[in-house]
Amino acid sequence: MRRERIVDVLVVGAGPAGLAAAAVLASLGAGEIEVLDREPRAGGMPRHCHHGGFGPLGLEGPGFAERWVRAAERSGAVLRTGVTVTNWAGPLTLDTTSPRGLERITARAVVLATGARERPRAARLVPGARPAGVLTTGEFLRAVHVHRQRVGTRAVVVGAESVSFAALDALRLAGVDVAALVTEHPRHQTSPVRALDARLRRGVPLLTGATVTELLGRGRVSGVRLAHRDGRTAHVPCDTVVFTGDFVPEHELARRGGLLLDPGTRGPAIDGAFRTARRGVFAVGNLLHAVEPARAVAREGAAAGTAVRRYLADGDWPSASVPLRVAAPLVWVAPNLVTPDEPLPYGGRFALRTAEFVGRAPLVITQDGRTLHHARLPRPPVPNRPFHIGGEWAARVRADGGPVRVDLFEGAPG
Amino acid sequence: MTSIPPFPPGGGTTVTRGGALPDVTYDVTVVGAGVVGCAIARELAARPGLRVALVDASNDVGDGTSKANTAILHTGFDAVPGSLEARLVREGSRLLAAYAAGSGIPVEPVGALLVAWDQEQLDALPALLAKAERNGYDAARIIGPEEVRTREPHLGPGALGALDVPGESVICPWTTVLAYATQAVRAGVDLHLNCRVNTVDPSDDDLHVLGTERGALRTRWLVNAAGLHADTVDRLLGHHDFTVTPRRGQLIVYDKLARDLVRHILLPVPTALGKGVLVAPTVYGNVLLGPTAEDLDDKSATGSTAEGIATLREKGRRILPELLDEEVTAVYAGLRAATEHDDYRIRADPGRRALTVGGIRSTGLTASLAIAAYAAELLDDAGADLPAAGALPPVRMPNLGEAFPRPYQRADLIAADPAYGTVVCHCERVTRGEIRDALSATVPPGSLEGLRRRTRARGGRCQGFHCGADVRELFERGAELRD
Repeated sequence: MRRERIVDVLVVGAGPAGLAAAAVLASLGAGEIEVLDREPRAGGMPRHCHHGGFGPLGLEGPGFAERWVRAAERSGAVLRTGVTVTNWAGPLTLDTTSPRGLERITARAVVLATGARERPRAARLVPGARPAGVLTTGEFLRAVHVHRQRVGTRAVVVGAESVSFAALDALRLAGVDVAALVTEHPRHQTSPVRALDARLRRGVPLLTGATVTELLGRGRVSGVRLAHRDGRTAHVPCDTVVFTGDFVPEHELARRGGLLLDPGTRGPAIDGAFRTARRGVFAVGNLLHAVEPARAVAREGAAAGTAVRRYLADGDWPSASVPLRVAAPLVWVAPNLVTPDEPLPYGGRFALRTAEFVGRAPLVITQDGRTLHHARLPRPPVPNRPFHIGGEWAARVRADGGPVRVDLFEGAPG
Repeated sequence: MTSIPPFPPGGGTTVTRGGALPDVTYDVTVVGAGVVGCAIARELAARPGLRVALVDASNDVGDGTSKANTAILHTGFDAVPGSLEARLVREGSRLLAAYAAGSGIPVEPVGALLVAWDQEQLDALPALLAKAERNGYDAARIIGPEEVRTREPHLGPGALGALDVPGESVICPWTTVLAYATQAVRAGVDLHLNCRVNTVDPSDDDLHVLGTERGALRTRWLVNAAGLHADTVDRLLGHHDFTVTPRRGQLIVYDKLARDLVRHILLPVPTALGKGVLVAPTVYGNVLLGPTAEDLDDKSATGSTAEGIATLREKGRRILPELLDEEVTAVYAGLRAATEHDDYRIRADPGRRALTVGGIRSTGLTASLAIAAYAAELLDDAGADLPAAGALPPVRMPNLGEAFPRPYQRADLIAADPAYGTVVCHCERVTRGEIRDALSATVPPGSLEGLRRRTRARGGRCQGFHCGADVRELFERGAELRD
């Protein structure tokens, strides 16, 4: 007994990207726009980020989320929360579960905006015991902000990117001392001001070039063992370990639907108009490139809304596209398909990520040995943070050529 | 509403986790609430009038070796012919398959292939086939490399052939233990958790007084099903029959999105170098890679190691190369109760009114019901004078298996109770209704980990990123949720 319904656009995920797409679509008069979210409240991940950086005047995550929820509602889009999309029942048909029962919803266009999450300890293959008290930032933020749960007294934070420092602030507010931040990289990957503040004003040491080699404790975590790149080891007692960063796309629905994925991002492969390999299915936000800031993701959502609107009007879908491929130290590029008849991505730029500090290296883009673009990066890229390049070169991609290669030639770190 | 009704009316459904033990004398006390101890308690529960206690050091049933195994319902094709283990596995396999079908324990009869990767392994297959036949299993056959490839298209290159064992299945080990314990407790068995036995005092001719963490427990007969600690409990009785050497098995659980890569249980061909590493689907829709085999001294060494994980990945890469690209859901380690003997050590001591069920290795899950029947027989022969067995009311367990409809997929359940439409754990699609039911069940969980084994909540790929705090909240509010 599934209720069957038809809408114009079904958006899966009511985070900044999905809400922005829905708001634009509804305000452009694209018909009946429905946004589904499995959480009890719309707004996505920013709901749990009680820190600034979401807009002018120090806007915090919950306020930012609320703005987009209101924008989507005012535009006329229908927001439904507590609804889980469980699988595909057709190329543009999704099955859902909610307390109201089971539904099967068919749309003229589907927009996947399912976001990203942090890799937990198990997926990072960190050995040792399996005690309680080992969490991701996501779990930790919900525990303290939503449920007011007690977390612990002394924590080790694994990671030193922006989200790691956000975790550090939240831990301090929750009354948890932080023994150290640990990163395998030679430096932190956030703003120098933020890192300096943590170290000098808060007195939290940053251990670089170090990895967690073992989790200790029976019942509750009692400490971690660390190994430094030079062979030194250390034992740090703690009752809480927060694994931060290492975001991966929530791509389950994309994979279940058989969409082509990009091997680098592990999200759906998309062209500059957020089109996946399946006609009528779009993907947007951190599902494509875990993880970009919420404001960037919302801008993307708005652009995707325009792209979906155009598709609903003219029905065009690219018949061919050329994949972009990266090699180490690059880990991914997004968009990762170029459609030669409309090569420039919305927003005009591509996002990239490196795995390590590489200095102001020369970036070379080639197709079948032919150079499309060659430039030295204006700033040294930082691992765990996106950097962007313009997309003018994409116009030179040949539709009948092989994959486009994006290479970063390592210079001296600096 | 489908929550489990109270049962039996007026009967004692007793699960304790703290405080003093009841001031009664039990007829039989089973030490160890793993799969074997729970099966024995269930078997004894079917004897009307018998007063039975089941005690465990942990805060939950099945919290030792039973929770961390390879979750396979074996045929027993490769047991040592003529051994007690061979007999009990063969009988137990049939008994458990029937019991599972009746009680809702998920089982998937996927079959096994013992894949030969080199000439030595290929040459070992005929002897294994002959051994299977001597064990009374005649459905096995040897297949060539083409058929192996057809049946397992994602297998790595180089498979030379395989022994096809169609009768092997995957099963949910957690539900099995819980079903036994639930039936036992509903039929009047007292389950005392957090109740480690430290001393056994045979002060009286007819009575053991067990010194536990929670005070004295009097019992006429004692069944030692203490698994890893069976040798310790035996020594308390004055026996020095065997020593348990914990053999650690580390396993990697891959994400559900890897499930389409494998169709059978891919068993290694046992050679002189040991039993090796398998790849198997799980009833929860994941893929399992493991176990390692490391003999240790420490019975609490259930941690994983960098070397163990590296070894598994190396072996897994050969068997199923694409598996290595998938996300890992969990890494865990279990300890098997290996002894210096090749067979199970099941011995009654009528003089001391004791029965030891020791040396139960990885086949213990499969053999559990047959072990329990055998244990009751031995107890009776030893003079325990058990009442004749009656029939236990059947039990129906919540389904954790992906091959059967789960509550979030059932319009009828959700219409009757919308809590089954409220998904709390998104990766595993566990609903609020299921969590509520588990918290109010006959044997409720004693920890979040126990709740995970009853519902799968928090056990998926995100390991709590999305639902961890919500699930903890529900667990801590357990009492309120029951309304």
